[in-house]
Amino acid sequence: MSGGHSAYVPKSGFGKWMDARLPLARLVYDSFVAYPVPRNLNNWYTFGAILSLMLIIQLITGIVLAMHYTPESTMAFASVEKIMRDVNYGWLLRYMHANGASFFFIAVYIHIFRGFYYGSYKNPREVLWILGVIIFILMMATGFMGYVLPWGQMSFWGATVITGFFTAIPIVGDSIHTLLLGGFAVDNPTLNRFFSLHYLLPFMIIGVVILHVWALHVTGQTNPTGVEVKSEQDTVPFTPYATMKDLLAMIVFMLVLAYFIFYMPNFLGHPDNYIEAQPLVTPAHIVPEWYYLPFYAILRAITFDIGIPFTDIVLINSKLGGVIAMFGSLLIFFVVPWLDTSKVRSAAYRPLFKQFFWIFVIVCVGLGWLGSKPAEGIYTTMSQIFTFWYFFHFIVILPVLGLVEKPKPIPASITEAVLAKTGNGDTSNANN
Amino acid sequence: MLTIDQRDTKVNTMKFSISRIAGIALAFGLAIAGNVQAAEQGDAAPTHFPIEQPKQVEWSFAGPFGKWDIGQLQRGLKIYTEVCAACHSLNKVSYRNLADLGYSEAQIKAYAAEYELPDEPNADGEIEDRPARPSDKFVGPYPNAEAAKAANNGAAPPDFSLLAKARAPLRGFPTFVFDVFTMYAENGPDYIYSLLTGYVDAPAGTEVPEGGSYNPYFIAGSSLAMAPPLSDGLITYEDGSPETVDQYAKDISAFMMWAAEPKLVERKSLGFKVMIFLLIFAGLLYFTKKRIWSSVKH
Ligand code: HEC
Ligand code: HEM
Repeated sequence: MSGGHSAYVPKSGFGKWMDARLPLARLVYDSFVAYPVPRNLNNWYTFGAILSLMLIIQLITGIVLAMHYTPESTMAFASVEKIMRDVNYGWLLRYMHANGASFFFIAVYIHIFRGFYYGSYKNPREVLWILGVIIFILMMATGFMGYVLPWGQMSFWGATVITGFFTAIPIVGDSIHTLLLGGFAVDNPTLNRFFSLHYLLPFMIIGVVILHVWALHVTGQTNPTGVEVKSEQDTVPFTPYATMKDLLAMIVFMLVLAYFIFYMPNFLGHPDNYIEAQPLVTPAHIVPEWYYLPFYAILRAITFDIGIPFTDIVLINSKLGGVIAMFGSLLIFFVVPWLDTSKVRSAAYRPLFKQFFWIFVIVCVGLGWLGSKPAEGIYTTMSQIFTFWYFFHFIVILPVLGLVEKPKPIPASITEAVLAKTGNGDTSNANN
Repeated sequence: MLTIDQRDTKVNTMKFSISRIAGIALAFGLAIAGNVQAAEQGDAAPTHFPIEQPKQVEWSFAGPFGKWDIGQLQRGLKIYTEVCAACHSLNKVSYRNLADLGYSEAQIKAYAAEYELPDEPNADGEIEDRPARPSDKFVGPYPNAEAAKAANNGAAPPDFSLLAKARAPLRGFPTFVFDVFTMYAENGPDYIYSLLTGYVDAPAGTEVPEGGSYNPYFIAGSSLAMAPPLSDGLITYEDGSPETVDQYAKDISAFMMWAAEPKLVERKSLGFKVMIFLLIFAGLLYFTKKRIWSSVKH
């Protein structure tokens, strides 16, 4: 906890000696033992801890997998099969890593939507939020490149389609495309550089996570009421309260993950990725992994050129428009703290926002579903409607709601809210 | 504290209807999409394959306690060896893996020795064929993919090693959600079984290309370049199992599932231990947490 006083008292002689030189134990104590957290956090607040665990699982399984994997286009697929068949517990490592990636995204989506719901991004947590968005973008890049590594049909064609969109960028597009692929088409050089980056990016994520947690410990957490901590009474020490709660949530999350790893390990994957990449055979439907589907739907929703009305001048062709919309749909997260004009943080006290929040959730899930459908007929129309709403939510609803909505009365403090809920006048201090 | 004054309520009800309209519009959009899907299925000339969803078979390896039926796998190997191996390779599986099917080392050695593959160059620099050893991968019928294509009307018979995982027709919403709870993960063998038992005469008006056979279960078209490979009585079973296409299809599908996922049983039995451990751990943590938090209202 920065800024505040430190409650750490080294006990042993070595502890004192060390504390005067490198106060690592003090840092850990202040951050994960004494650190005060609001007493009313619900389980949606455990996903940060779950994400940390997922990051560690992905790192460990990934590093061991890399010991057996061959990043060469004629051997990659076979090396993955060797891991599945001949490496001791190789199947477990691989299924953990593949399903772990999916669950990492499940957790991050819940974490982000928790942020939307409770207004976690608002003053003074803008930087914390922005760091989170950077993590999310890094995760997307990491996942995308990781999916290419087994060199199956979907790996190959997914990479071909997604990197192909870079050619839409005017002037420099083709150069970026060539640089990204290491050639004019997805091939061995692409695989090599994707492997290298897939190994690198998670360490960059760790770096940003450290900053993210640092920023968190400067501002402290929000809580379901959105009211800032006002007194010690509003908080409990991280250990044992939050530690126990996070641990329980992690294990429950692991339980669901284990169900998939052991009983339905291929449920979240695409069967075509068990066919080795064939540059001359295009799969019937090329779909990215499920966690990119909403963004993929937005990408494909822009089927029209944007130009100057009543002339033939095209300013943005449909392909570029799609790319702009897709990146825009991500980048818009960065400015959410300034788009949302409401002073009230938590949706619990924002009756209108709450409804629009749920509509937004439906829109995002709907986009995900549309991303898995062929881009034709009604699906395209629906993608366009949903894409419109997606941006409308950020650009119009968030700013306007803050101005027109009349929030419900806000409790004076966390403790007051808690006591009102538990229906008891007891004001005993949580810290004793 | 949570009282809402009168004016407030009115404003909110009005706005409420705005968002409700939006919600209805979205639901409507979804409904249209549903109808489109339904209409697609009723079309005279289907463009989405497979035309028929796979039939579901009861497999011994399904479910949380799934186990191989060793007799079935042995019969499957027999079918593969006597019929399918003429066209389909199995190049990710080694002969030694047949130990999973209950064969002894000597039996595996003898089985492997029936096949030949090019040896390392000898002292004179010549390459001769040698009998396969247990450590070798299954020797395929064709020297390369081009030869496989040339011999089969231009469609190379796919390798069998992963086919049972590479073929899983999408189940669509909402079926795929239920699949999570019913633990349905046998799409692959169900597909292969359905394909092998699914050859029928093409309905009037459906064109079947030269060398193709109509099969509504085929994932990539209405016909495929493989004539029905099985017929009743084709393979002799020593264990008294029925010598029917239906039984053959089940046995080879199970064998192919084993070939694609040899660690399936190991995975499920380890999974059970892990799940039990996590459940007990979660239970203990739950009570610990409850205890700790009992002194704090939250
Ligand atoms: C005479 C050669 C031949 C024999 C014998 C043969 N197949 Fe095939 N098989 C093919 C060809 C060719 C294809 C590719 C068909 C296509 O893609 O149109 C194929 C494809 C398949 C497929 C994949 C269908 C798909 O979804 O792409 C399966 C499964 C299959 N065969 C199973 C079997 C089984 C089981 C046997 C043994 C009982 C067998 N085959 C015997 C030639 C053969
Ligand atoms: C590797 C991925 C991530 C890790 C490991 C991680 C970790 C954490 C942790 C441990 C917390 C505190 C516990 C909690 O409130 O749940 C936290 C809070 C937070 N995270 Fe993340 N996070 C990740 C990604 C993201 C992303 C992608 C975003 C948003 C785009 C984000 C936004 C936030 C915000 C705003 C908070 C403060 C929440 C609050 O106090 O209300 N995080 N994160």
